[in-house]
Amino acid sequence: MTAVALSGVGKVFNAGRADQVVALTGVDLTVDSGQFVSLIGPSGCGKSTLLRLVADLIQPTSGTLTVAGKPARKARLDQEYGIAFQQAGLFEWRTVLRNVELPLELRGTGRRERKRRAEEMLELVGLADFTGHYPAQLSGGMQQRVAIARALAVHPLLLLMDEPFGALDEMTRERLQDELLRICAQTGTSTIFVTHSIPEAVYLSDRVVVMSPRPGRITDVIEIDLGPRSEATRQSAGFFAGITKVRRALRGTPAPTSSSPSASSSASAEVTAS
Amino acid sequence: MTAAVDKIAAADPTAPVVVGRQRRSRGFLRGLLPPLIVGIGGLALWELIVKAGRIAPFILPAPSAIWEQFWLSRSVIWQTGLATGANAFVGLIAGAVVGILGAMAASRFRLLGEVSIPVAAALNALPIIALAPILNNMFDSTSSIPRRVVVSIVVFFPVFINTLRGLREVNPTHRELMDSYAAGGWTFTRLVRLPGALPFVFTGLRQASSLAVIAAVVAEYFGGLQDGLGSRITSAASNTAYPRAWAFVVGACVLGLVFYAVSLGLERLATPWRRSR
Repeated sequence: MTAVALSGVGKVFNAGRADQVVALTGVDLTVDSGQFVSLIGPSGCGKSTLLRLVADLIQPTSGTLTVAGKPARKARLDQEYGIAFQQAGLFEWRTVLRNVELPLELRGTGRRERKRRAEEMLELVGLADFTGHYPAQLSGGMQQRVAIARALAVHPLLLLMDEPFGALDEMTRERLQDELLRICAQTGTSTIFVTHSIPEAVYLSDRVVVMSPRPGRITDVIEIDLGPRSEATRQSAGFFAGITKVRRALRGTPAPTSSSPSASSSASAEVTAS
Repeated sequence: MTAAVDKIAAADPTAPVVVGRQRRSRGFLRGLLPPLIVGIGGLALWELIVKAGRIAPFILPAPSAIWEQFWLSRSVIWQTGLATGANAFVGLIAGAVVGILGAMAASRFRLLGEVSIPVAAALNALPIIALAPILNNMFDSTSSIPRRVVVSIVVFFPVFINTLRGLREVNPTHRELMDSYAAGGWTFTRLVRLPGALPFVFTGLRQASSLAVIAAVVAEYFGGLQDGLGSRITSAASNTAYPRAWAFVVGACVLGLVFYAVSLGLERLATPWRRSR
């Protein structure tokens, strides 16, 4: 099953005007169900734009884009995806529980069911004891976890995340990475994750999509095969090999042409050897 | 797994500190004590200076003389205070409702928003001193309407401007999030714009509440129905009964404080999330 499919997608801002910007050009990408895909690249490479296209918050100027087999607009109206941004973006006048309930409320889910689902999601992110708190009473990391719970509340098939851990300290960040992987595995959610941290991309992803600016495009797709992640993964040779590969791809050094899993594992072996 | 996470959450160094009831009430006392001491000290100093003959009593009567008059005229102060309070209240409500609705309209339609601010600023620059006599002549001399209109004009501006600012300040993440939920139009206004603007509305109302009482008192200086605190202040002053004039001023001051305190209390009730910060 394909969660997201883009073919020949391009986006031009202010088309035909003096300040025209080609944000994205010729993007082909498919995300399979249950897959975790990271988008990485320098600022201005269009990774956030790509995420917003999938979310139908902006519309492409060329190409086709389907989410869960539907046109992106239909998928948004059906709330097929959950989304989280760099800013937690909680509604400060709502309690933690009512923040998580909001997407369900807008879907017309009944009061009881809403509460049950929200509590379940807060349990999942380890905030079951904070349902009655207001966002201002929580730390940044906890707020971000509420935002993730909110994104997951509708049981979406697809999770879109735009640098959700960008504003957090390293310890909180690593803890939330593990939680996110656990939740995604538990719920079978596909994820598109925008980041500019190479280790984060490698640790989380099945595939790392490397992007380049002017014009924004995909320059490489790197398969990562590290098996189930654990604390040891962060020290493993395969992890560092993956980091090196992504770093090289970002610098523009010609990477191995094929990006199939077997080729990537042999390439990582080569890197470890050198 | 979740248990482990819970432990981490509990150990979160930036986790909220729960403030106990006892600590909060002690904080309240500590907040109240300094102004109380300064107030009493100031009154004592004032009494001392007047008693020592540094200031003639007809220029500034001693607090004790003012208090004596206050006590003697307490029923009149109560009656006139009620009349002024009613004027201020009706004007405040009318001005606030018009201000809030106006701000909602101005934030909804761009053109209206651009036009409305200079108009509102011009309205704010209208001196009530100039307006009160004109309004008094427009209505019956037994009508309370002129004073109430003066109050609502004064109230309109702070409520309008603050509410408009609140309605316009929408967090871009909130907007994207609501777009992703396919929620627009009235749903967006109801769930995001209005609650987000509430603190701003109350800032406007708090400013307006004291202004309302001032306007209701001052409007009476320029004719119209003479049943409020303002009329008693002018009549006492023209009879050189200065301590009595001051006693009514104290009454007006208390009325203003009541209005302010009520709007502050309403604010705390309506925005509980700001209290728990």
